[in-house]
Amino acid sequence: MIRTKSCKLLISALLSLLMVAQVQAQSAEEKGLAIAKERKSRDLGWQDSQADASMILRTANRQEIERRMRLLTLEMQDDGDKGLTIFDQPADVKGTAFLNYSHAVEPDEQWMYLPALKRVKRIASKNKSGPFMGSEFAFEDLSSFEVEKFSYKYLRDEKCDDQDCFVVEQIPAYEHSGYTRLVTWLDKAHYRAHKVEFYDRKNSLLKTLTMHDYQLYLDKYWRPMKLSMQNHQTRKSTDLVTHELSFRTGLTEDDFSQAALKRAR
Amino acid sequence: MRAIWLNSILLRPWLTLLISLLLVLASGFGAKNLYFRGDYRVFFAPDNPQKLAYEEMQRVFSKTDNVNITIAPDSNNVFSPDTLALIREYTDLAWQIPYSTRVDSIANFQHTSAEEDELLVEDLIPDAASMDAQQIADARKVALSEPNLVKKMIAPDAKVGVINIMLQLPEDDLTSAVKEISTYVRDLSQRMSEKYPGHAFYHTGVVFLNDAFATAAEEDSKTLVPGMFIAILLMLWLLLRSFTGMLATLVVIVATIGATMGVAGWLNIFMSTATVNVPTLVMTLAVADCVHVISSMLFALRQGKTKIEAIRYAMELNLMPVFITSVTTAIGFLTLNFSDVPILVHLGNLTALGIMLACVFSITVLPALLLLLPMRVAAKQKSQSGWMESFSEWVIHNHRRLLPLTIILTLGAVAATLKNEINDEASEYFSKATEFRQAADFQQDNISGMATVDFALYLGTPSALNKPDNLQLIQDFTNWLRSQPEVDHVSSISDTFKRLNKNMHGDDDSYYRLPQQQDLAAQYLLLYEMSLPFGLDLNNQVNLDKSATRVMVTMKNLGSKEYTAFENRAQAWMQQRAPAINMTAASPTLMFAHIGETNMDSMIRGTVLALVLISALLVVALRSWKMGAISLLPNLLPAGIGFGIWGLYSGQINMGLSVVMSMSLGIIVDDTVHFLAKYQRARKDGADATQAVRYAFSSVGRALFITTAVLVAGFGVLAMSNFAVNSNMGMLTGIIILVALAVDFLFLPAFLMVFDKQKTNTEDNADDTDKKLQTAH
Repeated sequence: MIRTKSCKLLISALLSLLMVAQVQAQSAEEKGLAIAKERKSRDLGWQDSQADASMILRTANRQEIERRMRLLTLEMQDDGDKGLTIFDQPADVKGTAFLNYSHAVEPDEQWMYLPALKRVKRIASKNKSGPFMGSEFAFEDLSSFEVEKFSYKYLRDEKCDDQDCFVVEQIPAYEHSGYTRLVTWLDKAHYRAHKVEFYDRKNSLLKTLTMHDYQLYLDKYWRPMKLSMQNHQTRKSTDLVTHELSFRTGLTEDDFSQAALKRAR
Repeated sequence: MRAIWLNSILLRPWLTLLISLLLVLASGFGAKNLYFRGDYRVFFAPDNPQKLAYEEMQRVFSKTDNVNITIAPDSNNVFSPDTLALIREYTDLAWQIPYSTRVDSIANFQHTSAEEDELLVEDLIPDAASMDAQQIADARKVALSEPNLVKKMIAPDAKVGVINIMLQLPEDDLTSAVKEISTYVRDLSQRMSEKYPGHAFYHTGVVFLNDAFATAAEEDSKTLVPGMFIAILLMLWLLLRSFTGMLATLVVIVATIGATMGVAGWLNIFMSTATVNVPTLVMTLAVADCVHVISSMLFALRQGKTKIEAIRYAMELNLMPVFITSVTTAIGFLTLNFSDVPILVHLGNLTALGIMLACVFSITVLPALLLLLPMRVAAKQKSQSGWMESFSEWVIHNHRRLLPLTIILTLGAVAATLKNEINDEASEYFSKATEFRQAADFQQDNISGMATVDFALYLGTPSALNKPDNLQLIQDFTNWLRSQPEVDHVSSISDTFKRLNKNMHGDDDSYYRLPQQQDLAAQYLLLYEMSLPFGLDLNNQVNLDKSATRVMVTMKNLGSKEYTAFENRAQAWMQQRAPAINMTAASPTLMFAHIGETNMDSMIRGTVLALVLISALLVVALRSWKMGAISLLPNLLPAGIGFGIWGLYSGQINMGLSVVMSMSLGIIVDDTVHFLAKYQRARKDGADATQAVRYAFSSVGRALFITTAVLVAGFGVLAMSNFAVNSNMGMLTGIIILVALAVDFLFLPAFLMVFDKQKTNTEDNADDTDKKLQTAH
C-alpha cells in the first residue's frame, strides 16, 4: 500500500518535473505566443463599447490642438473588431463618420460618410500604416489586438510601472505594415500593456506608446484612460484621452453598416 | 629695450626655444577640441533674418531636409519594365537609409481614382514585373498629367525619374549624420547600377549639398595644404639657397600653424570650409617675415660679418618692418569681424592670430634657431641686382608716359568693376569638376532646378484654410507662381482639393475645381488625411490648426538677384491681391541669396574702418601726413583695378569676395610702406623725387618682388580649390597683390616724380646722397 502510494507519488513527482522541464524547454517564441493568447483570452466577451474621446496633437515645439470624437466598437469573434468614429470637432467636420472593419492580415475595409456631400465613400487601400487623422497613431496602432497579427518572441522579465512585466517582441504578419517589430511590456498580473516601442522599416526606434490610468470595467476588462504616443524622430506626440466609456450598450452589426454611417450624428 | 630683447634671445637661445616649445605645446594641445562642421548652416549667424524665417517655417510645418536621386536610363524612357522595376526596388530599399522618414517616387505615388462610390488608393507602380504594356502606358499617362509629379518626380518627357527621401536630421551631430547618409546612398546606387545596368544615378538635395561642403573642405585640406607646403619649400629654396634657412622657416611655420589651430581649439572654434584654409594663409603670410630676416642675415654673412653679427644686423633691420606689416595685415583680417558669415569671421580672427604668432616666432624662435644651427657661409654670389636697377631706370625714363597710361588703364579697370554682380548660389560654389555640381547641372538640364522657395500663407483663424475665399486665393497664387518663367514646379494644397473634388464625383474631369463650401473642403481634407501613407501627413503643407499653408516652389538654378526679385514680386502680388494675408518666404536658396548683399554692406563698413586704421598707422609709421595721404592711392587702387579685372573675368561676386577688399588691403599696404619709407628717407636726406625713387627701387624693389611672388603663389594655391568661396577669394586676392606691385612699381614712382616737386633742402649734393644711400644697403 505504502509502497504503491509512494510509487505513485514518485511517478507524479517525476511527471511534474518533466512538465517543469518542458516549460523550461519552451522556446522564446512559444512563450511569447502563450503570453499573447493569454492576453487575448482575458479580453474576450465585452461585446461592444462606446467612448467619448479627445485626440490632442502636439508639434515638436509643443503647439497643440484638440479634436473631439466618439468611438463605437463592436467585438468580433475570430476577426478584427469593427469601429465607427464620429467626429465632433472641429466644427467643419462635425458629423463626418468613419467606419473601419479591421482584419488581422488582410487589408482593412474602410468607409467614410461626408455630411457636406451626403455620400458614403468606400476607401480601398492596403495602407494600415498611415496616420490616423494626422496624429502619431497609425491605423494599425488603434485596431484591436488579435493574436494572428504578429509572431511573437518572449524577451525577458522586467519591472514596468512598478509591476512585474513580460517583455515581448511582436513582428507584424501584415506585409504592408510600417514596422519591423514592436516591443511590448505587459504586466504579469492582468496582461495589460503598459508600454509599446515601435521600430520602423530600418529598425530604428520610431515611437513609444505608454498607457496610463487603467480602469476596470464589468469587473473584468481593463482600459487605459489615456494613451500617449511619442514620435522620437519628428518629436511630435499625440494623446488619446477617453472621457467616458461604457460597455454592452446594445450595439449590433446593424450599427456598423454603411447605412448606419449616414445615421450617425 | 630692443637690445635687451635681442640679447636675451641671442645669449640664451636654448631657453628661448624651450619656452617657445612649451608655449606651442600648451596651445597646440587645444587642437584636441577641434571638430569639423560641414553643413551649409555654418554660413549663417544665429540671428540671420532669413535663417530665422526658415527655422520658424520649419517649426510650423514639417522639415524639408532631403536626398534627391535622379535616375537616368540610357533608353531615355523611364516607363520601360526594367527602369520601373529599378525605381520600385530603389523606393522600397530607400526606407533603410539612415534617418529617413519618408520615400517618394512615381512607384509609390498614392494614386487615387474613383469607381462609383469607391475611392481607390494605390501605388502607381505596385509591381513592375506584373504590369503589361497597357498598364505601363496608363501609369505613364497618370504620371505625366499629375501636377504633383511632373518636373518633381518625373521629367515631362519621361527621360528621367526621381526618388526623393525626406529625413529627420539630428541637431547635434549633423556632419557625421550627413556622412553616414551620403555613404549609404552612394552604396545603394552602386548596388542598383550593378543590378540594373544602363542607368545613371545623380545625388542632390540638402544632404548632398551639405556633403559637398564637407567634401570641399576635406579636399582643400588634403590637396591645398600639402600643395602649399611644396610651393613654400620650392620658393624657399629658390630665394634662400640655404638648407638651414629653409629648415628654420619650416620650424617657424609649423610652430605658428600648430599654435594657431590649437588656440582655435581652446576657443572652441569649429573647422569649416573656410577655416580649413587658415594654415595655407598663415603659411603664406609667415613665410614673408622669415624670408626678410634670413635674406638680411645671408646678405650680412656674405659681407663677411660673423654669424652673431649677421643675426643682430638682420634683426635690427627687420624688427620694425616685420612688426608693422604684421599689424597692418592682422588689422585687415580682423575687419572680417564685420562679416555676416560666421565662418569668415573665424577665418579672419584665426589668420590674424596666426600672423601675430608668426611675427613673434620670427623674432624669437627664428634667430635662436639660426644661431644654433650650422650655417654654411655661402661664397659671395654674383650680384643679381642689375635687372632691378635697369627696371627702375626704365620707369624713371618713361614716367611721363607711364602716368597717363596707368591712369587710363586704371580708369578702364575701375569702370569694369560695374560689371560685377553680387551672386551667391550654393550649387555654383562647387566647380564643375565636383560630383555635386555635375549632379545639380544634370538635374537642372533634365528635370528641374535645385533652388527652392517656400511661401507660408498665414490665413488667420483655425480652419481658415477650408474657407472658399482662401482656397481661391491659394489657387490664384499657385497659378501665378506657375506662370513665372523662373519656376519649375509648385506644390500646393489647392491641387489636392481639386483632385479630391474630382475623385468624389466619379473622376469627372469637370469637377477638377475647388470645393465651394467650407465644410465640404474640411471633410475632403479629413478624408485625404485618413488615406495618407506611412511617414506622410498634411503638416508638410498645412499647419496643425489649419490656419496656414505652405506653397513650395522649385526653381531653376539662377543668381541671387533673380531669387530676391522673384521673392519681391511674389510679395507684391500677394500685397495687391490679399493685403490682409501675412505671407513669409524662406528657404536655403533665399538665405544664400540675401547673404551676399548683407555681407557686402557690412564688409564695406569693415573696409572703410580698415582703411582709416591702416592709414592712421601709416601716418604714424612714416611720421608724415603727406606720405599718409599719398599712400591712399597705392592702397586703394589695387582693389579697384583687381575688382575691375574680376568684372571682366567673371563678374560674379560671392560672399568670399566681399571680404577680399579689407583682407588684401592689410597685405598690400606692406609694399607701400616699404617703398614710401625708403623714398621718404632719401628725400629727407636731400634727394629729389627721381633719386629717391631710384633709391627706393634699389633698396626694396627686390624684396617687394620676392614677397609678392610668395604671396601670389600662396593665394594661387588657394585659387585651385574646387570650392568657389575659397578659390575666388584666393584668385582675386592674388590678382590684387600682383596689381599692387604693379601700382607700386609703375604708377607710384611716376606719380611721385610728377607731383612731389617740393624742393629739397640740400639739392646741391643730392647726387652724393644718392650714391651714399645706394651703397649703404
